[in-house]
Amino acid sequence: MGNIAVEIQDVSKRFRLYHQKYTSLKERVIHAGRTPYTELWALRDVGFEVEEGQTVGILGRNGSGKSTLLKCVCGVLQPTEGQVVVRGKLAGLLELGAGFQPDLTGRQNIYLNGSLLGLARSDIDKVFDDVVAFAELDQFIDNQVKFYSSGMYVRLGFAVAVNVDPDVLVIDEVLAVGDERFQRKCLDRLKEFQNQGRTIIFVSHSPDQVRAICDQAVVLSDGRMVGHGAPGEAVRIFREHLLEAGDILALGHGDDEAAPADEVGPIAVSTTDSSHPIRITEVKVEHPGTGERPYLITGERLTISLQYSAASITTASFVVEIRDDLSKVLLRTESGDLGAPLEIASGTGTVSFQWATFPFLDGVYHVSAGVEHRAGGRLYDWKESAAKLEVMNPTKNVGLINLPVAVTLVPDR
Amino acid sequence: MALEAPAASGVAGRAKATRVVASHISVPRRVAEIWRSRQLLINLVSTEIRVKYKNSILGLVWSLLAPAMALLVYAIVFGVALKNGYPEFVILLFSGLLAWNLFQTSVLAATGAIVNNAGLVKKVSFPREILALASVGSASVFFFFQACVMVIFLVALHWRPAFGELWLIPVALVPLLVLCSAMAIFLSAVNVYLRDIQHLTEVVVGSAWFWACPIVYSFAHIVEPKLSTHHILGIPLIWIYFLNPMVPIVLTFERVLYAKTGLVPLTTAGHTPTQLLPTWGSMTYVELDAIVLGVSLIFLYVAMVVFGRLAGNFAEEL
Repeated sequence: MGNIAVEIQDVSKRFRLYHQKYTSLKERVIHAGRTPYTELWALRDVGFEVEEGQTVGILGRNGSGKSTLLKCVCGVLQPTEGQVVVRGKLAGLLELGAGFQPDLTGRQNIYLNGSLLGLARSDIDKVFDDVVAFAELDQFIDNQVKFYSSGMYVRLGFAVAVNVDPDVLVIDEVLAVGDERFQRKCLDRLKEFQNQGRTIIFVSHSPDQVRAICDQAVVLSDGRMVGHGAPGEAVRIFREHLLEAGDILALGHGDDEAAPADEVGPIAVSTTDSSHPIRITEVKVEHPGTGERPYLITGERLTISLQYSAASITTASFVVEIRDDLSKVLLRTESGDLGAPLEIASGTGTVSFQWATFPFLDGVYHVSAGVEHRAGGRLYDWKESAAKLEVMNPTKNVGLINLPVAVTLVPDR
Repeated sequence: MALEAPAASGVAGRAKATRVVASHISVPRRVAEIWRSRQLLINLVSTEIRVKYKNSILGLVWSLLAPAMALLVYAIVFGVALKNGYPEFVILLFSGLLAWNLFQTSVLAATGAIVNNAGLVKKVSFPREILALASVGSASVFFFFQACVMVIFLVALHWRPAFGELWLIPVALVPLLVLCSAMAIFLSAVNVYLRDIQHLTEVVVGSAWFWACPIVYSFAHIVEPKLSTHHILGIPLIWIYFLNPMVPIVLTFERVLYAKTGLVPLTTAGHTPTQLLPTWGSMTYVELDAIVLGVSLIFLYVAMVVFGRLAGNFAEEL
């Protein structure tokens, strides 16, 4: 297809973390040859190519090496091993307004910053008005930037960077600045860049942004590339890694059986019946892809089955709750409300909840299930976060749920 | 096919320079990158000059006032208090100081150039040598201001420099600028790892080196007669004196601007006329300056190599 714009060839970057930093001659002599440090590989054999005109998102947890990789691409850091080949002019936005000199005016800073990004004076003359207009700083352009508000500062930085006519634009989480309207303006400008066939590499904490903008995405974890592909797939891998990290965390303090999870659940623990006439033994999540892939695709059928074991005959209502990462309840369904409460004979059995379509966009959802007395109030059993449900969103839609939509245009007469 | 696409509609077709980010990039390649960033160099120099005197009432005047005050102090100490008796000593002093100030200002400023611009180095990619060179650049601008003042001095004191040898000034200026750049690039990089360099430079370049140059004393009057007769391990001391690359440069400036090559009657009573400047022909100055240029170029190359080795970790070290 197209030419390769950026080649990242097995890049590794080693940092030395000094426990004690000796920068003076005396200390260097005294501690010669035994400055204590530990080695940290911030990047390990990361390699991929970006075609001209493509937009690549880089996802990863904090400390996974995203920014280090971007710095290597920009040339701020030099890789310990491997190399990065960039074809064309590169503009890096590692930090907005990084080259600003507070004592200079906005106008002077545009020229200084433009030349930092590799522009000749005549080129800056040409785009100067666009920069000022984009930054919305017409009245303040001749004020010293130290008197600018942080928002103005950031707007000016972005305005310079997007107006320098780069072939490759590298952005590090800077889209999270400015008010919503300015953010949208930035995103619009990025789309315009894409339409012009420019290459964009950007780091984001927001999988939604990556999915909305990127053609492909790379997932980093502990300096290694663990995923590379279509944005939807990459976001799923990213979520998986986030979850793994979260699990380790939960195990750390969740050992204690004496503090059952339902203590913090939405239903008070005091109502749990100690005699347990009925218990839930297993919570299972099923979807058309069960067995082939660990995730569900937005819009697919979803079945959640609860296995129970009842000690005596009772009338009970089963509850299923789906919550998102932030423990916000997205869905709560009680069998008791759906129709007659279920008459349970003693023994074991399965209760299934079936949704014809699961409309939520991607994310990791936690399924909790319980069983209560039909009148409510008396909770027989509650399994907090008994299963998890991973959803992959193949569309470019962003938000909470996916609804079928049709777009029509009718011009007025 | 041959249709020209409008500038904004696409970037796919245009010529693109390839850039490699790797742990080692050759010196010629880096020199090419510095050349490509010359606009940045100009902007950094003008920024440095603008910012330096921002919010001070006298502003740029300070760049003239500071060396003028130093000049005044030396003139009083040596001309009035110690009575060296050199006629129009201020001119001799100023001609040497002109060259010296360029050297000292650029080296002292450049030593901290990388460390003081940590924010820039950590976040923006550009040839880092530019920061060191910008110090040399702004020192050159101040050199120009001081040269203007020098002209005013010459006119005011009705002093006649050697107009026929005026071409020697650029002959000395080129090796001086190469030397300054080499020192600037070398010291700015090493200072990132060893902050002692900053203090060391202040002592060495700030004072010791100054006294090793024939600026406040005359070469032919003081240095030559004393050092030619002494030897260390069979080497005449005068040779060692010439190991200081600033000596030929300062001498060239004095030769052109002070221009008294013959015997000069001293203003103090009871002294026979004395030789203040060497009697060399202009070719001797050219040869000496050429040697300095050669040595400085080698040093510049070494400095670039060292800088290249160290630059990779700047962003981490700062």
